[in-house]
Amino acid sequence: MEAKRVETVSARVDAAVSSTDSVEDELELSAVRHRPEGLEQLEAQTRFSRKELQILYRGFKNECPSGVVNEDTFKDIYAQFFPQGDASTYAHFLFNAFDTDHNGSVSFEDFVMGLSILLRGTVQEKLIWAFNLYDINKDGYITKEEMLDIMKAIYDMMGKCTYPVLKEETPRQHVEVFFQKMDKNKDGVVTIDEFIDCCQNDENIMRSMHLFENVL
Amino acid sequence: MATGVAAWLPFARAAAIGWMPVANCPMPIAPRDNSKKQDELIILNVSGRRFQTWRTTLDRYPDTLLGSSEKDFFYNEETKEYFFDRDPDAFRSILNFYRTGKLHYPRHECISAYDEELTFFGIIPEIIGDCCYEEYKDRKRENLERLQDDQEENKDLKQSNLNFRETMWRAFENPHTSTLALVFYYVTGFFIAISVITNVVETVPCGSTTNQKDMPCGERYTVAFFCIDTACVMIFTVEYLMRLFAAPSRYRFMRSVMSIIDVVAILPYYIGLVMTNNEDVSGAFVTLRVFRVFRIFKFSRHSQGLRILGYTLKSCASELGFLLFSLTMAIIIFATVMFYAEKGSSSSKFTSIPASFWYTIVTMTTLGYGDMVPKTIAGKIFGSICSLSGVLVIALPVPVIVSNFSRIYHQNQRADKRRAQKKARLTRIRIAKSSSANAFLQGKRNGLINELLELTGTDNDDQKLIRTISLLESQHHHLLHCLEKTTAHEFVDEQMYEQNCLETALQTYPSHSPSIASQDSPVVSCCGCGAKRNAPLPNASLPPANPIPTHHHQGPLQELSALHIQSRDPLSHTTSRSKLNLKTDDSNRINCKSGRITTAIISLPTPPALTPDGDGLHGPLQRRVPLPPGRPAAPSIQTTTSSAETNIVKVSAL
Repeated sequence: MEAKRVETVSARVDAAVSSTDSVEDELELSAVRHRPEGLEQLEAQTRFSRKELQILYRGFKNECPSGVVNEDTFKDIYAQFFPQGDASTYAHFLFNAFDTDHNGSVSFEDFVMGLSILLRGTVQEKLIWAFNLYDINKDGYITKEEMLDIMKAIYDMMGKCTYPVLKEETPRQHVEVFFQKMDKNKDGVVTIDEFIDCCQNDENIMRSMHLFENVL
Repeated sequence: MATGVAAWLPFARAAAIGWMPVANCPMPIAPRDNSKKQDELIILNVSGRRFQTWRTTLDRYPDTLLGSSEKDFFYNEETKEYFFDRDPDAFRSILNFYRTGKLHYPRHECISAYDEELTFFGIIPEIIGDCCYEEYKDRKRENLERLQDDQEENKDLKQSNLNFRETMWRAFENPHTSTLALVFYYVTGFFIAISVITNVVETVPCGSTTNQKDMPCGERYTVAFFCIDTACVMIFTVEYLMRLFAAPSRYRFMRSVMSIIDVVAILPYYIGLVMTNNEDVSGAFVTLRVFRVFRIFKFSRHSQGLRILGYTLKSCASELGFLLFSLTMAIIIFATVMFYAEKGSSSSKFTSIPASFWYTIVTMTTLGYGDMVPKTIAGKIFGSICSLSGVLVIALPVPVIVSNFSRIYHQNQRADKRRAQKKARLTRIRIAKSSSANAFLQGKRNGLINELLELTGTDNDDQKLIRTISLLESQHHHLLHCLEKTTAHEFVDEQMYEQNCLETALQTYPSHSPSIASQDSPVVSCCGCGAKRNAPLPNASLPPANPIPTHHHQGPLQELSALHIQSRDPLSHTTSRSKLNLKTDDSNRINCKSGRITTAIISLPTPPALTPDGDGLHGPLQRRVPLPPGRPAAPSIQTTTSSAETNIVKVSAL
């Protein structure tokens, strides 16, 4: 099954042409359809087989018929897996991690590239991806504030009804633990090398990186 | 369960890699996907029409017939398809539900047939999409009412063994039930009419006698009218008393509008009887007679239309009020203007502004009696403006009001309907949603029971009874479990959470211990395994073989009494699961067979027994008393909760 579909070409052409008319731009933005690159190209760029790409695309297209995921849909989808808590903040960070070209929407290519790293990548690549996730402003350093945001987002997903009861300072303490572990030179930020080094020395983390390899 | 987005579960699981560097504990093992078969097409044969879809499409909703193993009952071996002997047209929308996640109600379908199909395939109608839900509910309600009417008629025909009182009440409410009721109905109607007519005729001048001028008939034939009045009032009183006797709920009957009308209709007569012909009060007495006209309202029992009119007036009260208000505003404005315009002219009828109200009203409603007319030029100009605007002000709202009657009536009904529906809908959806969250907790227990049985090596039949959950569900649960491990907190349901809050609020341990508890809990409640690498950390200064405190949950004995068990060997995966459902008699067996278990603390749940502060209690304790594995039982620790409940005995055993 080819990933190409017979689309109304006019939509794409209009999107290219109507750069002057702002009203038309708005209309086109809502009607944007995205066609992914061909199956062969994706096969070459990612580590998935043809069949796997087919399955992924079918699921993707079913949820997002327009071919791209915007942040709200992404949050909705992710929130359905965590009914007890509030997954929107973490979904926001995830969205930014997947949206590598930062255009506000995740296309199938972005999606599949991300999954390729997460499911089929080397441990090094996975760690780099995780570092990218934590580094909110993408400056190459994880500060305590960024980590705190991420941590709060993760704890938000637990919701209110937890045991033991979630306290205000729990995420902060967790961040402290994290920094004590990762920040070797104690300069208050974690660089990517410190991060990768530290994770590679941690058995638990190494083991858990291999956890989801047979997901697809 | 994440219905409809099951296709995204692999993505959510992959994204969980983002939690891994943050977590301090090892993650639980992922469930294995033993079915290596690829996604396949399933053929669904519904009464001869073949539908085809992917297996994973159907698996999206595992709590329906098609998504669960229930469809295996319909599998036809020879033709390798699933055969359903149902309506293929209705099946179309059901299958579309799996494909798109939205259930639509096809308007040409009969509502009860559609309902039956939904019930057969295990889909609750509350998830019908917003586009179709209102239509569905309307049709359903209509159908229900129709059925109810039919039922009531049948019931009326069939009822034979009511007691006297109920028979009377039914006769009053529905005159068509028996001949006697019908007779009664017409008799009372007749007397109401007689009473109203006599009230009217009383005031007609009856022809003059020679000595006096025309006097009303009432004064001329006083006795006759008095007799008729008495007869009517007696009938009405008897009727009222009978209704009061027969009413199933006397209090409610007395408060109802009709009974108040009845009372008001007959009261003047009795008051008149009681009062003597005292000249002072006879004026008031005459006024009371006005209330006799309320007898005409008794006709509303006989006329359905009157009742509906009364109800719609009541429900349109706001619209009418607005009309009145705007009219009042216009009247005041114009009356003021006319007064000041006519102030100059002599012998003007417009003596004051309230006096001008009459002119304004008469002009605006285009009546124009002519008893008050403006004389000045300015007065005439404003008078004409007044009459023109009167036409607009009156003529416009009246049709709007009239159409508002039906519109607002129906709209009010619909708004209430929608509100009631919405609440019920959301409740059911919330229940379904919470059941998915509870499914995780339930699944934990089930999974633990499985593991427990494996550990003990027993091969009970109970093992087979444990519900095997689908792969999708087990993967979802694994994902939630990873999150629990990352944050070192567990999911609990509402009531546990509230009890825990209560307990922590009630605990009377010295103030520092809660803080210790709070410090300990993130790490201690976890397996404390990360502690090995983090010697400098104050929180994690727990020796490797640290026993783990338990969490106790209140409830009957079969309720979960969580247990943490840590394997000494960090590389072993088998006991990485941290909770067990444990009954006290099983404790010995557990501890004997599994040498890996270091220390287990078991509570004897004496209902209600709850000590979530076990953390705070045992945390500091264990820090001072680390127990290496293989040691005999540590001394039993007895604690009493601060709440004045039963004792909770904590036994630490090996």
